[in-house]
Amino acid sequence: MSGEGQAGVVLSGFTNSEEGERRRPVQVPRRRRVGLGDWLLPVYVTLAFIFLMIPIAYTFIFSFNDSLKSNISWRGFTLDKWLNVCNVEGGAVCEAFANSIVIGVVATVVATVLGTLIAIALVRYRFRARSAISLLLFLPMATPEVVLGAGLAAQFLAAGVPKDMTTIILAHTMFCISFVVVTVKARVASLDPALEEAGRDLYGSPQQVWWRITFPLLLPGIMAAALLSFALSFDDFIITNFNSGSVTTFPKYIYISASRGIPAEANVIASAVFIIALAVVVINQVSRAARAKRLAKELG
Amino acid sequence: MAFAAFATSEAQPEAPKKKSRVAFFLLLPGILYLILFFLTPLISLILTSLQQPAEFGDVGEYEYAFNWQNYVVVIQDYLPHILRSFGYALVATVFALLFSYPIAYFIGVKARRWPLLQSLMLVLVIAPFFISFLLRTLAWKQILSDESLIITSLKALSLLAPDAHFTGTPFAVIFGLTYNFIPFMTLPLYTALERLDTRYLEAGSDLYANPFTVFRKITIPLSMPGIVAGTLLTFIPAAGDYVNASRDFLGGPDTQMMGNVIEANFLVLLNYPAAAALSIILMAAILVLVGIYVKRSGTEELL
Amino acid sequence: MAVREFAERGADLELVGIQKRFPGFTAIEELDLTIPAGSFFALLGPSGCGKTTTLRLVAGLEEPTQGRILIGGRDVTDTRAHERPVNTVFQSYALFPHMSIIENVAFGLKRRRIDDAQGKAHEALRLVELDHLAQRRPAQLSGGQQQRVALARAIVNRPALLLLDEPLGALDLKLRRQMQLELKTIQEEVGLTFLHVTHDQEEAMTMADTVAVMNKGAIEQMGAPQELYELPRTAFVANFLGQSNLFSGEVVSSNSESITIDVAGHPITVPLSRSQRHQGEVTVGVRPEKVALHLEAPLDDSGRNSLGPARVIDVSFSGVSTQYIVSVPGIGTMTVFAQNMGFGPVAVEGSEVWVSWDVAHGFGLADEPDSIERFPSDDDTRTIAVQRREALISELEGD
Repeated sequence: MSGEGQAGVVLSGFTNSEEGERRRPVQVPRRRRVGLGDWLLPVYVTLAFIFLMIPIAYTFIFSFNDSLKSNISWRGFTLDKWLNVCNVEGGAVCEAFANSIVIGVVATVVATVLGTLIAIALVRYRFRARSAISLLLFLPMATPEVVLGAGLAAQFLAAGVPKDMTTIILAHTMFCISFVVVTVKARVASLDPALEEAGRDLYGSPQQVWWRITFPLLLPGIMAAALLSFALSFDDFIITNFNSGSVTTFPKYIYISASRGIPAEANVIASAVFIIALAVVVINQVSRAARAKRLAKELG
Repeated sequence: MAFAAFATSEAQPEAPKKKSRVAFFLLLPGILYLILFFLTPLISLILTSLQQPAEFGDVGEYEYAFNWQNYVVVIQDYLPHILRSFGYALVATVFALLFSYPIAYFIGVKARRWPLLQSLMLVLVIAPFFISFLLRTLAWKQILSDESLIITSLKALSLLAPDAHFTGTPFAVIFGLTYNFIPFMTLPLYTALERLDTRYLEAGSDLYANPFTVFRKITIPLSMPGIVAGTLLTFIPAAGDYVNASRDFLGGPDTQMMGNVIEANFLVLLNYPAAAALSIILMAAILVLVGIYVKRSGTEELL
Repeated sequence: MAVREFAERGADLELVGIQKRFPGFTAIEELDLTIPAGSFFALLGPSGCGKTTTLRLVAGLEEPTQGRILIGGRDVTDTRAHERPVNTVFQSYALFPHMSIIENVAFGLKRRRIDDAQGKAHEALRLVELDHLAQRRPAQLSGGQQQRVALARAIVNRPALLLLDEPLGALDLKLRRQMQLELKTIQEEVGLTFLHVTHDQEEAMTMADTVAVMNKGAIEQMGAPQELYELPRTAFVANFLGQSNLFSGEVVSSNSESITIDVAGHPITVPLSRSQRHQGEVTVGVRPEKVALHLEAPLDDSGRNSLGPARVIDVSFSGVSTQYIVSVPGIGTMTVFAQNMGFGPVAVEGSEVWVSWDVAHGFGLADEPDSIERFPSDDDTRTIAVQRREALISELEGD
């Protein structure tokens, strides 16, 4: 239908307009109807993105502040905080950051393995209690974090388990599983079962079919789920707060220091994490677009 | 991006084929884990909520009982917090929806011809996720503090009363909740709008509907799954949040929400039964509200 | 605002000097077209010829770069789709999936605040015999039923002009025939002006009063279906609308009645009145069903063109008729359709035959036949196959 027009719009820019003018010199080019979407929407979206970026920019800028203990007013530019991140408060920021990384990695690995297995079972197999299991997977995502945190804390309390790194990891793994299942399930569902059948047809043992066919094909989905898990775990504060005892993670460190002022080193760490994450995502998107463009060109 | 997937999980993949014991072994570890660390904690939360203080016990020592009066007490003590939680969350959800819909529409419908622009704008939407939730809230606190440029110039322009504050007010808390959950709203909206077939919009205008009517009668109903998912993903965490409302962040003494009192009771006052009872009330209220909402909006298949 | 009343009857549609450019290409060069009220007008052409763009311009879904659009004498160029007394049956039907069938049909009436929208919608559904499914959702209907709902949703508004965008494309042959008939009946019943866009020549010919063949953003020829078929003016029309045997050659003699061209030593005569050009290099043609096949050399007859001896290189039996591909030395291949009057084919592969046709059946074109080569993909596969084989054969013969 409208494909012809749209394709033209995408493929090339503006072309020779003189030709038509020459043919009918009397006629004034018709005014274009200007709809609401033509300028108002782009302007709004631009402003909205600027708004979304304000606190990020603020955090980034204040990572260069030559601040004293609290990082509230601008006192001049310095690179010190970037160069000596761990020198403040006996390295408390870095210790919290390291804890967050360890917790994030362990929780991600465990949640990704458990969640992937569930996702495969959900898509590929028939079993009883399917709806009960779906509900069990959905509920953690629909429960406020404060309830999840308090519930686990109440259980650890009742069982007499002391709160430390382990309890934090146990808690993070729990809320990551559901997100892994949702992400990987989409990938499994889009996988053509005929590929595995072809693998079996070509004399592959079940193990070989899994490691050489299924797993590589699921890998992008599993990686996405793992990244999501890590991001959720790394930024979690509420559940951590209930189950961490005396262990400090990066968000918890910020929460505790909020009343007396956050050192600029925290901004440094947050900014660095932001830049790395953004770079990974943007490079991924741009290279994917470039690949698509190249493919389109090769196919003519 | 999983939020988007969650938002549209109604698209059930093809019927599962094999029935096998393999499924049991695949499910076992994960499900067992969720039973141990999600389901039993909920049960122990219920049990805790019915505890009574131990006789001759210290502060923070309780014994199992069927002390349902705990619920009466917390409702009496914390009714304003409960109402505030749902009120703030509701307002923040509405604001987030109004703020996000045009963005999602632009990315999902208007920017279709430029896939790279589309994905870069999506990256911008989720960019706030990449910086610590607490730090970006604190950043707003600094930016909107009484001494900040914005507030002082608003006062200089007499747009704000000289003794007015922004931080510490309900507005600030709602503002913070809205800001922090915008990505949760935008992503599912985008997923729904991205799949919107613009030929329906053309058909609508062919059938004498003006652009506003097309939007109201066709665009909105067709993006309903995204609206429902986005509002749930915003409302649920917003109702339970206590960072924004905390005194060290955007809140003040009069803006405390349920999360704040649950935290205070559990971690400071060591009044575990009260914290547990409040948690159960919060969860039950959310489940009821969500159930009604989903039924009303006719998107049951979402769950 | 939207028209609040029904159109009394169909209205004239006038396109004046329409040009439509998209960035990068021109979809419509220049188009002047008048469709009289109450007629069933078909725009026929291959994909990419600009016919869908024309329809969208009329509907108000696109804006012309230049030119004006008048409906019933009123200039609607600057009005938007929802302000025009025009309705479209979309190719994809575009039935709103979140509304029931009756809500879909009543949608336009409600927008125009017409009284008794429900009643009128039911009436329209009865017309297409689907009233019993009024409460269903579009997804619960078959393709043919959806098509009828789309039709009901458009005609219930009594538009001055009804646009049909290849509405039968997605249907199977039997349903298609049924819908064609139904559309025609409805058009006669309600007396609207229909503008039908299609690439299916048979659909256009059976339904329309007037067919305009469009090619590369311009109308090549316009007229009643029979006129277009019997007297195509360009090679494109001759080949797009049915099949043709075309021959090119220099005019060697002419009189007040006819002209004769020389094709590789064979004289071929066409009536003067049926030829667009009268001197120089001229392409003439004849439809395959007008050509007779002879097993013996036909007697000389000034009223008939005859060629031969030739050889049958392919016979394909298709029920009512048999198609013979005949290779004429020096000229190339010709297609002959012969009705199956007796049992079995008259000639077999390899037979020596002669062909002849009434001089009065020939036609002379205004252009050369090679211009058709630019649209190989738009023909049906069988035509392409025949063309390919012809090309191969002539290549082999050249060796």
